[in-house]
Amino acid sequence: MMETKNTELATTLGTRSLKRDILAEGLQYLTFNLAGEEYGIDILKVQEIRGWMPVTKVPNAPVFVRGVMNLRGAIVPVIDLRLRFGLEAVEYTKITVVIVVTVQSDSGSRIIGMVVDGVSDVLNVNATDIKPSPDFGTAVHTEFISGLVTIEAGMVMLLDVDRLLSIDEMFALEAVRTTESRGVAMLAA
Amino acid sequence: MAIDIGQFVQTFFEESLEGLDIMEAGLLALPPGAVDMEQINTIFRAVHSIKGGSGTFGFQDLTAFAHVMETLLDRMRQGQMDVTSEAVNTLLESVDCLREMLVAARAGAAVDNDRVEHLRERLHLLLNQVNVAVSEHTASPSPVSPTTTPPTGWRINFQPHSDLMHNGNDPVRLFRELSTLGELTVRCDPRQLPHLAKLKPEDCYLSWELELQGTVSHEELVEVFAWVEDDCDLRIEALAKEPTASNPVVARTPGEEGQQGELLLERRKSEDRRQSDRRGPAPADTASIRVGIDKVDAVINLVGELVTTQSMLSVLGVDFDMSRLDKLHEALDQLDRNTRDLQEHVMRIRMMPVSSVFSRFPRMVHDISGKLGKQVELRINGEQTELDKTVIEKIGDPLVHLVRNSLDHGLEPPAERLEQGKPETGAIMLNAYHKSGSIFIEVGDDGRGLNRDALLRKGLDAGLLKPGEDYSDEQIHDLIFHPGLSTAAQISDVSGRGVGMDVVRRNIQDLGGSIQIGSQRGQGTQITICLPLTLAILDGQLVSIGQDCYIIPLLSIVESVQLRAGSVNRVAGRGEVLRFRGQHLPILRLYQMFGAEGAVTDLEKGLLVVVEADGRQVGLFVDDLQGQQQVSIKSMEKNFRRVPGVSGATILGDGRVGLILDISGLIRVNNAVT
Repeated sequence: MMETKNTELATTLGTRSLKRDILAEGLQYLTFNLAGEEYGIDILKVQEIRGWMPVTKVPNAPVFVRGVMNLRGAIVPVIDLRLRFGLEAVEYTKITVVIVVTVQSDSGSRIIGMVVDGVSDVLNVNATDIKPSPDFGTAVHTEFISGLVTIEAGMVMLLDVDRLLSIDEMFALEAVRTTESRGVAMLAA
Repeated sequence: MAIDIGQFVQTFFEESLEGLDIMEAGLLALPPGAVDMEQINTIFRAVHSIKGGSGTFGFQDLTAFAHVMETLLDRMRQGQMDVTSEAVNTLLESVDCLREMLVAARAGAAVDNDRVEHLRERLHLLLNQVNVAVSEHTASPSPVSPTTTPPTGWRINFQPHSDLMHNGNDPVRLFRELSTLGELTVRCDPRQLPHLAKLKPEDCYLSWELELQGTVSHEELVEVFAWVEDDCDLRIEALAKEPTASNPVVARTPGEEGQQGELLLERRKSEDRRQSDRRGPAPADTASIRVGIDKVDAVINLVGELVTTQSMLSVLGVDFDMSRLDKLHEALDQLDRNTRDLQEHVMRIRMMPVSSVFSRFPRMVHDISGKLGKQVELRINGEQTELDKTVIEKIGDPLVHLVRNSLDHGLEPPAERLEQGKPETGAIMLNAYHKSGSIFIEVGDDGRGLNRDALLRKGLDAGLLKPGEDYSDEQIHDLIFHPGLSTAAQISDVSGRGVGMDVVRRNIQDLGGSIQIGSQRGQGTQITICLPLTLAILDGQLVSIGQDCYIIPLLSIVESVQLRAGSVNRVAGRGEVLRFRGQHLPILRLYQMFGAEGAVTDLEKGLLVVVEADGRQVGLFVDDLQGQQQVSIKSMEKNFRRVPGVSGATILGDGRVGLILDISGLIRVNNAVT
């Protein structure tokens, strides 16, 4: 009971009501940590942040789909962002959080939870400070990165969650991956 | 009065399509020869509204077409024309045509102009016949009335009724339209204006004297006033001194017709929540539902009670001590009751009377029986039985198929019926009723019934039945649902269109229902469809597989068995089967299909749940059975996507998500694998 209470203490961000124009051209990003790197997502996409709690596994889903959870009666898929980026999986800890975001897709808006290592900060950014993402060889496909911002502590990669969490794209990717690995296996045999 | 009328267009389409349904029903009820004023008036009003509405929204084709129909109906109404079956049939076709035009207009698509023209000509032809007969009577203007050369100008006396503007009509709009026809002089008559203190700002007190210079035909003028002619006294006189001289036309509100506004309201009440358009594509059109105000009020009341309970609880919670435990219990009970009531009432919002499906059958039976040369009486019962909107939408096609089957194969031609001592007119019965938490819909006929022997032979030929065994009537009748089994002995060339009986059964099963057939040779056939009240809630059996909990729809479970050692055979290439009650039952190891961890893998330690779908049975291997529970079905697709073998999800008692198994999906997956 206690455990569920803790996770129920999900912090609903009051920032949704904060209009962009208050900050005159300033954009706000929620930054989070993933495998030692900082990422940011548009705060208006964020619905809430919850502690990790066990989810229900979905059969035959890609490995990065951890399962589905109950978000006040809605069935919401939970994506592990580490696995989504092809990074090494880690044990979930007390600070592992699920950021619940609203993404736009062709079939309307979807609510999706993504598991990250920890939430860091809310970042105010001037639109002019956002630099285009160079083509660099990180684990992250640059197509998901909408820009880069340099802060004192280093660099924040701004993510395009609509692309990143597109269910159709994720499944298409998975299909390619499985056929590739199958192909490799067949070649090896 | 600048109103964006765009937002009303959708309403116009919905109401017009409803109007067409009314016309259709009215025309079918119109006995040829007899003059049923009430019916004709109803039909007339419907077409009149459509004409007016389409004029307002600028659908000129529609207006023109509706106008011709209206003129024809007006003649009938005034007794200048007989209600012949030819006229009724033409009007019925016109209704179809008008419907197509409406649907096309809504979709922004093109219409079949040839057909429209052709029908219009036929309507004109009918009108002309009358014109010949009734020579020179032109009480209402008709496009074919012998128009003399248009005069050079018109004087129009326009006296709106005080409630003209209540109906959204604006005199200024009319004048603007008139001014496009020619040079318009407007003189306003303010004599009716009351004292300011008594003036109601929403009423119209003014009347106008208009003079229009230019060669404008009388029709064009009437066209402009078409939408308001019930709401005003209108006098149109020619200005010119030509031989035909003045041609006064007085369009008055006939007493029984009532006002446009009332009329719509009235119809809305009676036709309550009737779903307007199932026929055509409607792009960018979110499905809407019309709900009786009483249902909404009930929900609002319940929400009020819920709020009271909530505030009661929060007061209790402020400084709670054990002495008030009783009160807490009481409040929680109340909350429980409120929630249940609210759930029930919200469900009811989605419920619509089955009449919205049944209403299409009179026309269909009329048309098909005419084509087949059979005499058929359609008896409909229980139209007011309500069921879920989604069910209503999906039940239409299967029912059409069943009724068509009855018409085509079930009922005998009149001669054959007489031979067998039956009344010449066959009967088709449609019946809907509630029973023990389910909805039953029956489609019956008093025709020749199923040919048991022919079916038996077919079944034997197809290898579905074994020779020498005894089969019950049900087992044999059930064969007609079997895909690919053509009961050619009784299928005529007319049928074969549309879906087969196997598809009908699958559609019904997709809705969580079942279908049964009863038949007596020579007495008729009766098909009974049983449907769940709602698709939103389902009775489920919870089963555990490893750490996970899945839900099997209770309806699909045949039984659960414990497996004994040696009862399972491995069939090469076909997986495991169990010899079970005389048949071989494939076993699906769910933990394998779903990749569940920590599940029981030893067949003897778990349980086998025998489930049935699409007439096939399989055994689902699970760890154990948990409780049974009513679960509300949540969509997986909304935020995620469709998962094979899973029809949806629900929230379990402990707040976790449980997946609901899609039995027919699982069986299909299994078949694909093996």
